[in-house]
Amino acid sequence: MLHIVNKSATERSSLESCLRMATKGSAVLLIEDAVYAATNGNAAAAKIQAAAADLKIYALGPDLAARGMAGRVLDGVNVVDYGGFVDLVAEHSNCQSWL
Amino acid sequence: MQFGILVNEGPYNHEASDSAYLFARTAIEKGHKVPRIFFYHDGVNNSTRMAEPPQDDRNVTARWSKLAEEHGIDLVVCVAAALRRGIKDELLAPGFRISGLGQLVEMGIQYDRLVTFGD
Amino acid sequence: MSDMDEMDDGSGVVKKFMFLNRKAPHGTVYALEGLEVVLITAAFDQDVSMVFTDDGVYQLMKGVDTKGIEVKDFSKTYRALEGYDIEKLYVDQVSLDARGLTEDDLIVDVTVLSVDEMANLMAEQDVVISF
Repeated sequence: MLHIVNKSATERSSLESCLRMATKGSAVLLIEDAVYAATNGNAAAAKIQAAAADLKIYALGPDLAARGMAGRVLDGVNVVDYGGFVDLVAEHSNCQSWL
Repeated sequence: MQFGILVNEGPYNHEASDSAYLFARTAIEKGHKVPRIFFYHDGVNNSTRMAEPPQDDRNVTARWSKLAEEHGIDLVVCVAAALRRGIKDELLAPGFRISGLGQLVEMGIQYDRLVTFGD
Repeated sequence: MSDMDEMDDGSGVVKKFMFLNRKAPHGTVYALEGLEVVLITAAFDQDVSMVFTDDGVYQLMKGVDTKGIEVKDFSKTYRALEGYDIEKLYVDQVSLDARGLTEDDLIVDVTVLSVDEMANLMAEQDVVISF
């Protein structure tokens, strides 16, 4: 399953809920304000890095760039463009947005 | 592959409709099909031709209309959500139509994937 | 009532639909309008599950009185779901615990799941619609 998260982890709990429920081997894509969680020094960074052991973590490049965060991405997070976003949805048999 | 897209937020207030648009356009560029996009909750506000954003901003509604015209996308606005918010047939931009929630359920049944963009 | 009329998309396909409710009622419209989608989906003879997690569990509170905020009390609609053959209602234990709630506080019978059970249930769905 592909989990899509769009909320900043320092404002809302959707990333935390997602990481709690994502089963081993599934993918998590951070878009919109959720991309901040995938950057160095963010309060959620440790959670992302711990989760990366069991989950594949992706962040949407255009949303990182738009926020001045393109150069601060955590190791272990895969940056994808919109083409990569489409591929992730196609590759996984189901997807879910943590609104 | 056939993708259905659900847009739950209005334009400008939230990034959801921008994300949905870029996803839809990119999916089509990559050879996928997006037969229908469904607008629900405040997402119905994407459909009004009365919107006049400043010249230097993107025109979200016109962008949807253009994409729909070029690729034959069915832009469906939920009737109950639309009436609540004052969106009526005579206000719709080209390519949009008002219909029931059954159109959303059909997307889930018939298409390979349903992707939701919202708040 | 018209919502109960059988609808058919002609394909005969039955998919697993999950409606994921993570938001409290009244603060925003998502719970109410989400419920409207669930009722329509019931008419399509799909395999429907409703999940209430995080603040979504607040949608199911007993003892709701909305008169003072002058909006519709739709909490009773959850009790009508059974009549629409929507019987798979799930709540997760962690979300109840984090809000000081138990099953007895809820307006309908639900199945309480552990995090692992909920995770597996989500993973096996064909379509997840979240509000």
